[in-house]
Amino acid sequence: MATDILMPALSPTMEEGKLAKWLKKEGDPIKSGDVLAEIETDKATMEVEAIDEGVLAKILIAEGTEGVAVNTPIAVIAGEGEDPASVQSSGGGAKPNGAGGHPAPAPDMQAEGMADRPAATAKTGDDAPKAPAAPAVITNKADEPVMEEFPAGTPMVTQTVREALRDAMAEEMRRDGDVFVMGEEVAEYQGAYKVTQNLLQEFGAKRVVDTPITEHGFAGIGVGAALSGLKPIVEFMTFNFAMQAIDHIINSAAKTLYMSGGQLGCPIVFRGPNGAAARVGAQHSHDYSAWYSNVPGLKVIAPYTASDAKGLLKAAIRDPNPVIFLENEILYGQSFPVPKLDDFVLPIGKAKIHRTGSDVTIVSFAIGMTYALKAAQALAEQGIEAEVIDLRTIRPMDSATVVESVKKTGRCITVEEGFPQSGIGAEIVARLMVDAFDYLDAPVLRITGKDVPMPYAANLEKLALPNVAEVVEAAKSVCYK
Amino acid sequence: MDAAKEPAKEASSSQPANPQVAEAHKPAPNMPQFSRDEDLHAYHEMLLIRRFEEKAGQLYGMGLIGGFCHLYIGQEAVVIGMQMASVDGDQVITGYRDHGHMLACGMDPKGVMAELTGRRGGYSRGKGGSMHMFSREKQFFGGHGIVGAQVSLGTGLAFADHYRENGKVSLTYMGDGAANQGQVYESFNMAALWKLPVVYVIENNRYAMGTSVARASAQTDFSKRGLSFGIPGEQVDGMDVRTVREAATRAIEHARTGQGPYILEMQTYRYRGHSMSDPAKYRTKDEVSKMRDEHDPIEMVRKRLLELHGVPEADLKATDAKVREVVNASAEFATNDPEPDPSELWTDILLDAHA
Repeated sequence: MATDILMPALSPTMEEGKLAKWLKKEGDPIKSGDVLAEIETDKATMEVEAIDEGVLAKILIAEGTEGVAVNTPIAVIAGEGEDPASVQSSGGGAKPNGAGGHPAPAPDMQAEGMADRPAATAKTGDDAPKAPAAPAVITNKADEPVMEEFPAGTPMVTQTVREALRDAMAEEMRRDGDVFVMGEEVAEYQGAYKVTQNLLQEFGAKRVVDTPITEHGFAGIGVGAALSGLKPIVEFMTFNFAMQAIDHIINSAAKTLYMSGGQLGCPIVFRGPNGAAARVGAQHSHDYSAWYSNVPGLKVIAPYTASDAKGLLKAAIRDPNPVIFLENEILYGQSFPVPKLDDFVLPIGKAKIHRTGSDVTIVSFAIGMTYALKAAQALAEQGIEAEVIDLRTIRPMDSATVVESVKKTGRCITVEEGFPQSGIGAEIVARLMVDAFDYLDAPVLRITGKDVPMPYAANLEKLALPNVAEVVEAAKSVCYK
Repeated sequence: MDAAKEPAKEASSSQPANPQVAEAHKPAPNMPQFSRDEDLHAYHEMLLIRRFEEKAGQLYGMGLIGGFCHLYIGQEAVVIGMQMASVDGDQVITGYRDHGHMLACGMDPKGVMAELTGRRGGYSRGKGGSMHMFSREKQFFGGHGIVGAQVSLGTGLAFADHYRENGKVSLTYMGDGAANQGQVYESFNMAALWKLPVVYVIENNRYAMGTSVARASAQTDFSKRGLSFGIPGEQVDGMDVRTVREAATRAIEHARTGQGPYILEMQTYRYRGHSMSDPAKYRTKDEVSKMRDEHDPIEMVRKRLLELHGVPEADLKATDAKVREVVNASAEFATNDPEPDPSELWTDILLDAHA
């Protein structure tokens, strides 16, 4: 029986890739373990190995094709006794996207059609579950940011968040010899998520330092170097592993300026992917935004767009204080317009109104913005205009921008992937109670990750994360619609 | 304490193939001698710490010093011997038993004592306390309250020295308790891997709070703790300032010349409890009085000054009086200096960002 070879996923977050090269041609005999082709993603080049025996009957995707969706049949292997000339692909996988085609659907879009939808707003585990939310019709059209933070007419380039972060580090390292980057696989491997790509080549091993897998130790070494006046960028492969190092982040980095009566600043950036990626389970899916936002002496940044990632990382590196810079693996590969400027630095502590609206305010940050913006479009189709605010910086928190918006809309919901209790949404609710109480026409609702450790099973993971329908439902609910 | 009777026991062997390491492991051929001036200097410096700590204990008893207060009495020869081998610009970092290190670094006793009493003239303006004082001017980097944290931080200071190629060495102190912390070994690994200029000084005072070394450590020879990373180490009589300085000279030279980290286990003893609130019931009074009577680091120098160097007793009494005067002045200042202005609550949390 003929067997389809499918475009493989090389990581839990990969949605598409380039079929770079075929190493076998039609008619070649194949045995298990043979390398058939090379696949490129934005992170890496990998080989596709055969697991079946037979003859390579048909190549379905020509080499050089970009945007091949995961699980697309790329070739057919004819089994023993079959005529390679007459075998057919069983099809069934996603169709490849040609160059310039639409990107593959984001995971949350797939969640829309799910019949058994969880409650719309944040519940801690001891709250009663669960009212189903109404389905929403979503389009995938992106809004342009409303507030411009660079001169009109500035030329823009399209960049991924990953490239923007890399450029921010490279620019600051060119500008200041005291800036260096250290962490696991940042140098020779070019970054576990390829964020530090080519930095070793440009700056050498002295300034791009591979460390052993010892977060506690190298975070402490980074802080010690910063107390001495250097400006380290400490990359955590993910912030889950920073739990090993959190004593140095809190006790050594955040508190020393105060404890020294202002003598010893700690100019350091701790950065890396934070929160859930996809299908990596509870220990690798934790959003720490609320944890770090609790600590005086830290600044906490969690950007959504590539432009904010670049402008804010540059600001973070120049900042004389310890900065927690929370990235997101799923956002790394997403592209945004970035201003083409020699030195694009954004202010820390300023929220951005990403979309204006008069009916309800949606406050979010980082990957939460993807739910918020899609929900805003769905709401617009139902006649509700949402104002979407991207906090960008979690600490210091720009609640003034949120309060001003709520004075206009009278309604607010928050969106984040983190846990509900003592989360960022809870903080915003508390501030609005004090600063916008008389302007609120409805309770502020929180959309958060569910109050459970992140499950592994695909369906449970979707249930555990927020989704667009929940945001839409909550927004309608506070509008009494 | 056997090691206190024996000068600089032969160091553990780690890399016999390396001639420099082998050299460093050789026992001292003779007990190192101090000149008259060196002994006078050591006497004054150690006495200042002793009297300062006694005064701090007194102020604590009077309720003028709050919270934790860990006294260094008995261990004075360690930090003074180390400082006698270091040069200006070398960094010092330690844990919470830190008053002696500050004074040894040349920090003003008034500023240290006023920090202990939580006054505005303290080194941290009253916001750090006993365990959290710093002086960038004197290259003293604390004063750290989390056991073992200073070891990674001190390795980071050495990383910065290495990065800047400035020829400085980080003197990173820890106790026998901290030496069991995991991050110590993460730091040892990276320091050896990158040949960082750091000397790890393990002040083995035999008790991690109330737990004796034997009850907490599978390997009680702390000089061997860097063995698997190829870090040379020595056990040193930490009650004798001469053996301390001699070993320190060797260790600092090793680190300064690009050969990487070095471990010195200083065998020492604290006379007082772990902190002011520790009744020290885990050891006998005899053990303490034996150490005080037979191995006191200050008394040994005093004896040498009188008997070997022929210094008149009156001169030493003058030194004693001078030290008491400095200490009393620091206590006076620390008692009368006002508490921090309430507005200080909100300062020094973040530095202003000027791009």
